[in-house]
Amino acid sequence: MSNSIEPKKSGAAKDINDVSFVEVEQPGPASLGKQSLGFWVTFKTMFKKNLSVQYPDVKAPTEARFHGRHQLNRHPDGLEKCIGCELCAWACPADAIYVEGGDNTPGNQVSPGERHGAVYQINYLRCIFCGLCVEACPTRALTMTNEYELADNSREKLIFEKEDLLAPLRAGMVMPPHPMYPDMDENNYYRGEVKAADPSQGPIFDGLGAGESK
Amino acid sequence: MTTLANNPTEVTPVEMITVVIDGFEVTVPKGTLIIRAAEKLGIQIPRFCDHPLLDPVGACRQCLVDVEINGRAFPKPQASCTIPVEPNMIVKTQLTSPVADKAQKGVMELLLGNHPLDCPVCDKGGECPLQNQAMSNGNAESRLTGYKRTFEKPINISSQVLLDRERCVLCARCTRFSTQIASDPFITLNHRGALQQVGIYENDPFNSYFSGNTIQICPVGALTGASYRFRARPFDLVSTPSACEHCASGCDMRTDVRRGKTLRRLAGDDAAVNEEWNCDKGRWAFKYVTSTDRLTQPLIRNAEGELVEASWPEALAAAAAGLKGKRAAVLTGGRVTTEDAYGYSKFARIALKTNDIDFRARVSGKEEGDFLAAKVAGNFDVHYSNIDSADHVLLVAFEPEEESPIVFLRINKNFKKRGLKVTSVATKGSIAVDKLKADFIKVAPGAEAAAVAGVALTAKSVILLGERASESAGLISAAVALAEKTGAKLAWIPRRAGERGALEAGALPALLPGGRPVADSAARVDIAAAWGVDSLPDTPGRTTHQIIEALGNNELDAVVVGGVDAHDLLNGRKVLDSLQKSFVVSLEIATSSITEVADVVLPVAAVTEKSGSFLNWEGRSRAFDAAVAESLNRSDLRILSALADAMGESIMLGTVSATAREISQLGKWDGARVQFTPVAPGSAVAATGDQAILTSWRRLLDMGTMQRGEDNLAGTRRQTVAVISEKRANGINVSTGDQIRLSNANGSITLPALVEDIHDDAVWIPRNSFGSQALTSLNAVHGELVTVVKA
Repeated sequence: MSNSIEPKKSGAAKDINDVSFVEVEQPGPASLGKQSLGFWVTFKTMFKKNLSVQYPDVKAPTEARFHGRHQLNRHPDGLEKCIGCELCAWACPADAIYVEGGDNTPGNQVSPGERHGAVYQINYLRCIFCGLCVEACPTRALTMTNEYELADNSREKLIFEKEDLLAPLRAGMVMPPHPMYPDMDENNYYRGEVKAADPSQGPIFDGLGAGESK
Repeated sequence: MTTLANNPTEVTPVEMITVVIDGFEVTVPKGTLIIRAAEKLGIQIPRFCDHPLLDPVGACRQCLVDVEINGRAFPKPQASCTIPVEPNMIVKTQLTSPVADKAQKGVMELLLGNHPLDCPVCDKGGECPLQNQAMSNGNAESRLTGYKRTFEKPINISSQVLLDRERCVLCARCTRFSTQIASDPFITLNHRGALQQVGIYENDPFNSYFSGNTIQICPVGALTGASYRFRARPFDLVSTPSACEHCASGCDMRTDVRRGKTLRRLAGDDAAVNEEWNCDKGRWAFKYVTSTDRLTQPLIRNAEGELVEASWPEALAAAAAGLKGKRAAVLTGGRVTTEDAYGYSKFARIALKTNDIDFRARVSGKEEGDFLAAKVAGNFDVHYSNIDSADHVLLVAFEPEEESPIVFLRINKNFKKRGLKVTSVATKGSIAVDKLKADFIKVAPGAEAAAVAGVALTAKSVILLGERASESAGLISAAVALAEKTGAKLAWIPRRAGERGALEAGALPALLPGGRPVADSAARVDIAAAWGVDSLPDTPGRTTHQIIEALGNNELDAVVVGGVDAHDLLNGRKVLDSLQKSFVVSLEIATSSITEVADVVLPVAAVTEKSGSFLNWEGRSRAFDAAVAESLNRSDLRILSALADAMGESIMLGTVSATAREISQLGKWDGARVQFTPVAPGSAVAATGDQAILTSWRRLLDMGTMQRGEDNLAGTRRQTVAVISEKRANGINVSTGDQIRLSNANGSITLPALVEDIHDDAVWIPRNSFGSQALTSLNAVHGELVTVVKA
């Protein structure tokens, strides 16, 4: 007796030629009226406003809240806002963010308080631009820009490091690391009480690419 | 192996009490706290200060519940962590009593009143009982507005423990641990009322060997470790249960790895061994695995005499060519896992056809070898539970806090709970002896044996014999005789984690695996049959010192060395000279004095990178998996197996799990055991004038190779001092803190003096601490004369 289960057979096996051929009625050519009705959509569109953009020659602005590349912001005096807490990485549903925290030491104060983000990477091959990381950020360090041109030709190039993500140093800021604003602590920074850099914090950037080194 | 089986007479019936908690009946032993009885039902009452291993204190008030006894209710909610159950008690927790729920939420609101909202920068964030319980048992909104209490932060209460006082909820877990468990009362609650805070004494940092446990039990982020600070979040870490490789206590551990790098290790929970504690060395000494001197590629010494990188097939072929047909021996240190030691043992017997194998990379002798073969191998009689039931513990050549810290914690627990009597036969008093209020029998180095013989013990006593017993002639014999006379249990406690496993694996000249004597032909046949070989070598092997000697005078040609440092042996210089003359195959994790003179160096995996098991001093096995799974390093036995294949003498140990299975199938020897021949007790040499008898032991935190790269841990080392007695100090006119010089024909050591309780004829120095390396500087460790003068 065979161990395998045989398919159940009913009657004699049928050949393909045994199945009778049934002729189906074919639709003939439609009337002229019906045909022009089909072209009506095309005709109507000819008078509508053209929405095509000649990208990349022409770049249309995005909506204001478009989710583009991330940016790591700075306090008004130039210190980084990121404290390396990893809440963005925790919130990320695509596991696109990698953060390592680091100590702020007296000679290496990168952000207000004790802790800064020493390593910060976003993998744009994984990122789905949902913005949950921005919602999770407790210091508003992470926001999203409107930049959408993120295509590239290798996987490595699409892992953005902290240097790629940091907001540019603006005029009036001091390049970190530098000490916190005199007589202020991290709480003053979080409450927005630091409005600009103090000359005692270091050479103030003039916005032209050369620090006030004199 | 349970306590009950060991001590059938000790079982006393426990009175059971039935209480009702949230409408469910539960029956628990008398004396159980309400919070613990609720746990039995699966009812979680929120808590911060409560810890099952610490005395109740009722400090945080978070566990308030409604309690009613015999129909009479307490007027207000009570702390369930301080009230033992009573008959006819009805408890209503937050689940059934709105009053208790409101009380808990109120307490939480008050605790959070001064707690900063800095969870994003706090290391505890994500695994914080305060965070979790604020979510489960707290109000979403707080009525307490305004500024919170702030402190300067963080303060280093030791080089490895940081304190953020504003996060503290004053649960007193850390201070209770330090006084009740470690007996190191270096931290305490300062001030009272609203200003209360944890602090250290003005001049004493928190230099406890067990300080890391306070970080682990802190229910908030007030205590954090300097080496883990800001390194990772709990969700980044992949945790693997592991075993501690630092001593023979046998702690259960957890290793947390992020992207191939070990970031922290925590004490595991094994009630039979380490309970929930471990020592700072086990917790923090893991950076050696990632140190820069790690070997990554096999090395071969070329024609010019330089070590150059080579491929694995080249290196194995070179090693096989140098070993095949030669008179070769094996030295395997006490650091390898049981499976690796078994690999070395099998490799020596099959591939090298010799019994010249010894795991004792330290000062050792024949008396110890006989003792291990006759009394220790295959004997799994003494356990931590025997300390719990002992009436008297005798410490012989054993300094528990320095050499096996968890044994110290267990003795200390019994001393604290029931006044266990402890006697220490030693050359010098110590902090542990003081803490345990032990009877300190002060002896001159070399004369310990006579003192041991006179100690009065009973059948319920336990003798703990340290590995340094081998340094004093007749001491082991005296301990064995005492155990036989009184019926006391005798346990041998080595210092290194792998020694007991290596002993059971037969990495000893007179022993085959499972405690089978080499001299017994039936035992040899037994093993030969299991290994599938015709016969095993029957000539007795050489010990470590004999192997070195034989290499020096060309009685041996080659040696396979695994995890041994020449400077752990007497005459380190001579050891290296002997090895220089021979063909040396070194299996090492990092460059060492041995790899410098080796002809072939084969890199192996460190403990976190491989699986395996360690046997602790009890003989209890703790298996572990590779914590860093992506490591390309292989364990010693894989490499030995490949080397044996290259030699054409297969030992067939492909994987760790297959080896573990082979070991368990061999089982232990049930035939006649080696007879122990006692050695006559030695006596101290006569010291005259400036001469003193040297005695030393290693400190827990010293210059050990596995503590490299961890500066925060090194900061809590005990001070390096030379200890002399008051009489001697007066004789050479020094007082504590003055520099004294110890010298002999080989060299000298200059250290600050400490006048302490030590035999007048003796001088003590740490064996391997910074500035005091007895073996390299004096080439002596115990019982030899040195000259002590004021520097």
